Amino acid sequence: MTEDRNGDLTEDKVHESWTGKLDAYLDGELDSSEMQELDGHLRECSGCTAEALRRLQWKRAVHSAGQCYTSDPALREQIQKSISPARPAWWHWRPAFAATAAVLLLFAAARIVQLEIVQSKARVVQNNQAQNNLDQRSGIVGELADLHVATLASANPVDVVSSDRHNVKPWFAGKIPFNFDLPELQGSQFELIGGRVTYMEQSPGAQLLFRVRKHQISVFIFQTRALPVNFARAGELDARSFHLESWQRGGLQYFVIGDVAPEDLRALGDLLEK
Amino acid sequence: MSSFEQLAMPLFGRLYNFAHWLTQNREEAEDLVQETYAKALRGFSSFEPGTNFKGWMFRILRNTFLNSRTGLRAATVQLDLSDHAPALPAERQTPETILIDRGSEQIIQGAIAELAVPYREVLLLCEVEEMSYQEIATALAIPIGTVMSRLSRARRALRDAVQQKLHGNTP
Repeated sequence: MTEDRNGDLTEDKVHESWTGKLDAYLDGELDSSEMQELDGHLRECSGCTAEALRRLQWKRAVHSAGQCYTSDPALREQIQKSISPARPAWWHWRPAFAATAAVLLLFAAARIVQLEIVQSKARVVQNNQAQNNLDQRSGIVGELADLHVATLASANPVDVVSSDRHNVKPWFAGKIPFNFDLPELQGSQFELIGGRVTYMEQSPGAQLLFRVRKHQISVFIFQTRALPVNFARAGELDARSFHLESWQRGGLQYFVIGDVAPEDLRALGDLLEK
Repeated sequence: MSSFEQLAMPLFGRLYNFAHWLTQNREEAEDLVQETYAKALRGFSSFEPGTNFKGWMFRILRNTFLNSRTGLRAATVQLDLSDHAPALPAERQTPETILIDRGSEQIIQGAIAELAVPYREVLLLCEVEEMSYQEIATALAIPIGTVMSRLSRARRALRDAVQQKLHGNTP
């Protein structure tokens, strides 16, 4: 190392000591104190700064030139496959499986929801229908009770007054659009009083009045198709303080209504059904 | 903990580039990379999590290369300068070197390819892979001082080779 007469390093030697550290400086390998020292020198020394810039350009050029080889993508794929953990064949199809399963689940869920909606609607319709039927039945039973009460209150409860079935039955011919049979009541507790034409839901029917002990019983006969609701299984019904029996036969709907015991109604019904 | 695949595959491009620089041959480079991955996978259980995985992978590749025919040939090349000799004093670069630009890439690439493997590998790991001196020392299994001296000589040799090529190309 050359020194001048004062023992200081010559200018060339100073530059040499700094430029010797430039590569490590640009590689980021100097410690922080050396880095600061060299930074300070570079701010004052244009020669060293120019040299640092040249070396930086050189580094960039080598960096760029050194990245020139690219592999065949097939090699990458082959290596990737070889180092992937061993998995069953279906594993590679799992996205497809997952997608299919998701679609199927969605379909299933949609179908369940759809069925539930349809069933729910059907239940609502059924409920509404049942309610309607009930309402209509109640309406008809109530109307029958009104007709029976009106008959009992009337000064002329029947239009044909006869206890003979052979008089009463022919009287209805041409007045109502159907025929019916009247039973022989001789020997029974029931007595025929007579009959009249009546209407239900704008359709004509027969009302027959019977007596049992001191009670009067009305028998209504209509065409089944004339009624808005089916009374096929109506059986025993109650309307206010009256009991009611009903059945169907030969396209006709029979109702027996009165304030007697249900057994009496059934007994009269049995006679009429024979 | 990351799987081997997750750690190793992002390094694929870099490892291939380095392998090609070492072997100077596409097929050999492909074989070298394949063997490197196979060895690394087998030895992954010995890798210490948290340490430098990139340096570990480059070290496996470089050792594998040194055991290959091309690598053995390269290892027998006598370096004209001792690794332990002090670094040569830096020289001011000539005006030609600052003319290096993208158009001169092929000249630089030719000059890198001509460097002896010990210089080429240390230069590439520093300039291309931007590894620290310590990482290079780990990858090449050499002392850090040797890294510094080889790097200094590699840079000098590269500059000289490029200058020579530029002068040779000048009419």
